[in-house]
Amino acid sequence: MTDITNAPAGPRKATSTELVAASLKRRRRKQMRLQWIGLGAISIAFLMLFILVASLVSTGWQAFTQTHLTLEVYVDPEEIPEERLPRGGFDDALAASLGQMLPGVDMSDRATARAVEGILSNGAQFELRDRVVSDPSLIGQSVTMTVPVSDPYDQLNKGLIERATPEVNRRVKDNEIAWFDTLAENGAISKPFNFGLFANADSRFPELAGLKGALVGSFWALLTCFVISFPLGIGAAIYLEEFAPKNKLSDFIEVNINNLAAVPSVVFGLLALAVFIGWFGLPRSAPFVGGLTLALMTMPTIIIATRAALKAVPPSIREAALGLGASKQQVVFQHVLPLAMPGILTGTIIGLAQALGETAPLLLIGMNAFITSAASSPFDSSTALPTQIFIWADSPERGFVSRTSAAILVLLGFLVMMNAVAIYLRQKFERKW
Amino acid sequence: MTALPFLLLILAVVAGYVVNRRAARLIRDGGNRLHSMTSYHGIFSALLILVPVLTFTLLWLVFQGPIIDRITMASLPEGVLDGLDSGGVQLVLAEIKSVSRGQVFGTPEDWKIAAADRFVMLHDRADWWLVVAVCILSLGLLAFARSRVAADFRARQGVEGIVSGLMIFCSTVAIFTTVGIIVSLSYETMRFFDRVPVADFLFGLNWEPQIPLREDQIAAEGAFGWLPVILGTIVITVVALIVAVPVGLFSAIYLNEFAPKRLRSVVKPVLEILAGVPTVVYGFFAILVVAPAIRNFGQSLGLDVAPNTALAAGGVMGIMLIPFISSFADDALSAVPQAMRDGALGLGSTRGEMMTTVLFPAALPGIVGGVLLAVSRAIGETMIVVMAAGLMAKMTINPLDSVTTVTVQIVTLLIGDTSFDNPKTLAAFALGMMLFLVTLIINIFALRIVRKYREAYD
Amino acid sequence: MNDMRKIERDANMTDTKITARGVNVYYGDTHAIKDVNIEITDKTVTAFIGPSGCGKSTFLRCLNRMNDTIDICRVTGEIRIDDQDINHKSVDPVQLRAQVGMVFQKPNPFPKSIYDNIAYGPRIHGLAKSKVELDEIVEKSLRRGAIWDEVKDRLDEPGTGLSGGQQQRLCIARAIATEPEVLLMDEPCSALDPIATAQVEELIDELHRDYSVVIVTHSMQQAARVSQKTAFFHLGNLVEFNDTSEIFTNPTDTRTESYITGRIG
Repeated sequence: MTDITNAPAGPRKATSTELVAASLKRRRRKQMRLQWIGLGAISIAFLMLFILVASLVSTGWQAFTQTHLTLEVYVDPEEIPEERLPRGGFDDALAASLGQMLPGVDMSDRATARAVEGILSNGAQFELRDRVVSDPSLIGQSVTMTVPVSDPYDQLNKGLIERATPEVNRRVKDNEIAWFDTLAENGAISKPFNFGLFANADSRFPELAGLKGALVGSFWALLTCFVISFPLGIGAAIYLEEFAPKNKLSDFIEVNINNLAAVPSVVFGLLALAVFIGWFGLPRSAPFVGGLTLALMTMPTIIIATRAALKAVPPSIREAALGLGASKQQVVFQHVLPLAMPGILTGTIIGLAQALGETAPLLLIGMNAFITSAASSPFDSSTALPTQIFIWADSPERGFVSRTSAAILVLLGFLVMMNAVAIYLRQKFERKW
Repeated sequence: MTALPFLLLILAVVAGYVVNRRAARLIRDGGNRLHSMTSYHGIFSALLILVPVLTFTLLWLVFQGPIIDRITMASLPEGVLDGLDSGGVQLVLAEIKSVSRGQVFGTPEDWKIAAADRFVMLHDRADWWLVVAVCILSLGLLAFARSRVAADFRARQGVEGIVSGLMIFCSTVAIFTTVGIIVSLSYETMRFFDRVPVADFLFGLNWEPQIPLREDQIAAEGAFGWLPVILGTIVITVVALIVAVPVGLFSAIYLNEFAPKRLRSVVKPVLEILAGVPTVVYGFFAILVVAPAIRNFGQSLGLDVAPNTALAAGGVMGIMLIPFISSFADDALSAVPQAMRDGALGLGSTRGEMMTTVLFPAALPGIVGGVLLAVSRAIGETMIVVMAAGLMAKMTINPLDSVTTVTVQIVTLLIGDTSFDNPKTLAAFALGMMLFLVTLIINIFALRIVRKYREAYD
Repeated sequence: MNDMRKIERDANMTDTKITARGVNVYYGDTHAIKDVNIEITDKTVTAFIGPSGCGKSTFLRCLNRMNDTIDICRVTGEIRIDDQDINHKSVDPVQLRAQVGMVFQKPNPFPKSIYDNIAYGPRIHGLAKSKVELDEIVEKSLRRGAIWDEVKDRLDEPGTGLSGGQQQRLCIARAIATEPEVLLMDEPCSALDPIATAQVEELIDELHRDYSVVIVTHSMQQAARVSQKTAFFHLGNLVEFNDTSEIFTNPTDTRTESYITGRIG
């Protein structure tokens, strides 16, 4: 390896080859360091996702079951006379039944009786009432029913309340644990799948609270969002992509759409509150208003996806149709749009998935109200899935922690499903031009 | 009942289509050459009926409820609403409505029952008026459309004109939305500044919207200096960026240049999953896992850690931003032309040197644009901070302390029953206005950088 | 002038710089280079010509292992530079590429200043011990790249702001700055206008006094103008390799003749 010509005079300098060779080790090490840092960064992201999912699953899975108590209740005609229905001493009937199952407990003591009654969920007496009201012939007979136990006992049964904790720090006292164990020994305790999580609306009592109201609310809101944003978004995208003259106005619209996509969601909530509710007088807490707001937020996503899908249709198809004498609109609506449809649908589903998880604007329009029945129309007051999560996360009762995680798992389940459909559509209809 | 107007509308649209097409066919069969195909004559009539009548019906339905509510409330006997705040008035209305549905709890006052009757009557009448209006409008448009059928009528152009108009309307919705945001925010902000001086808001060091300070104070409703709020926002944003920027950038660098294909095909979707997780989930994660962890760790070191630290909220927000920054940086690195990579490798760079000395600097404008968009996201992010950050505004930059943010204040001021006439509610709009302006400026700036950068390499 | 150059050329054509034996290149399932054997002489300009897609650029990229950067590309056979097998696992491609410089089809200055572009190689390889030394290398390289006079007053301006021809000479100067022994050029003039092309060709002619230059070109005129040896590739085969004058006046293979006379193209 010769040094290149006209090397300067003086002491012999190291040749470039030698210098390069000398530097190699250091440089390799540097590169390895960069790679390790990169790998470390990715591991952090993975770790976080893992902790997130793991913490949700580990707290949430318990809420998919619910401890129930099976008991036989004698519907005493003295306490519950037919002519007074739907009123009557249903709670006393339940308490009496419990007292029979717990021999040795002095039910004549009021405090003890109340504590024993506390084993059952507050909803039990209403369930009994509803059964008797719908079938008054039950009066004077014994009814076997399986009802949820109240939250502390549910947690005790699931091991969330540690028996080892000193009694003063425990929500379920020693004698209460003894009652529960007696019931369990008699086989009265069961832990079936918690259908109530999906069949009940919200409640102040964790063991009765369910997601039905939230699911229905989210359904109405998403339906409204879809019905409004889908046609508007496609119309806007077709116009901007295929027809709009290149002028200041279309540039302005384009800048506008890009900016709207980045406006904080809470600002849309303010818009909805001021305009839809304050000025137009639309009802608060209504999924319709929520859907309207989400539609404004989803529209930029749909427009951007639709334009990309339209762009992907090769010009040869347009030219072929134009060449046959079709008008520009005929070409777009009969040839280009059908070909772009899979891409448009994919973008729309992804946009709707985002809308499903959107919380802040719904809070501002009042979809965090405490509502104990599911909405029967998009104009009724309702919560939505993400706002229900927010409400439960804010609730002090311990039982709501696992329900919040469970609700999040349900929400994530829906999101995964929607994204899976989007990916499936994309792959199935992906065309190679 | 609600379905009836729509049924009538569908009927009218179909009728319009059939009538006009038949009329056009008759002309054609009579030996005249039509300018447009017969089906276009039909569609023209159908659209001519559909668009205005549907718009009319929808507007009617949307406004019928609120207007009847107001008429009902206005016709209540005098004095019954005295002394009720807006929440109380809402309750009365709700009770009237439930009575009108036949759900009677207890024994409502007579005037409530009378109001409920009136409420039902107004709704029935409104429903009938809507049906009548839809009939008249549809028939009128039907007749008008029929009168246009002629051999030389350019039905196709007519249809395309209507469709064009609809599409232009669709694309202006984006403008209307922006205008709506600006107008509504400015209006409510103006009303806020009527009550609280601008200077107090912009330069005040106290934010205590809930607590009346002293009876004799001018702003008796509290203090509205937004500086501690924006300071809290900045603290949390900075924490978020400290987490997200290095992790995001190094992930992108690794994925872009060093990751084996297999790993890349796993990591990319996982990052997309992280990006798709709703922020309310991150918020719950923060209060369930991160905040207690930080608190325990801090206390084991003997530090005084607040239960809802800026560190927890900011850190979780950083996790949320990781995929955002990494995908932006990955795109920016990929946009650097292959020729730059070849050039660097051809000169004998290691791939690491190529990345740090050529690709990264070349992609820097795009990456900066992405980071700016992330900043704007962090400032506007709501749920994580609402759940995990504090409510009290403090002039502190200690990340172990509890701070509040602009979005937290907006939500807490507006949650629950709100009326639009006290400074507390209006302050939320003023904060919203500032939030909108700040994020808008950052967004415009960032989008411009990104676009310029893309042009440089296209 | 021509005579003088010829004498000099003969004087230089002594030792072999690069030897390739049985080189095959596969792109996935495509067999891009088929059993190529060639000996490239030190301090000459060797031109690779042939129709597009014939593999001449692919083969060129074997000489500094740039094909390593393409995942699906696989190279077999033996290539030696100064008796060192460059595909041997003891050879670091980084070091090889410092020794075998490369200039690409499209001028690709980095988005940095002119100075930083030239100083890039010396900096990463640690060739300069001081700022003064680096300045010297930059000046020397720019002079050799025949662009010093045009840019000496604006070394701080971005290299991307130069004209196409200047950019390509800057890239050549950048490649020279690492003091390579071999210079590979992949159609260096295809993106340039005729005047810039003439300048670059003149520069190439200058360079072969100090370096072995291997140039891929589309244009037979260019090959004739700048090279002493020419290799003709066709469909991945090295069809003919000889003195440039021989190839153009007296091709032995009919495919070469067809190409030169314009029947394959």
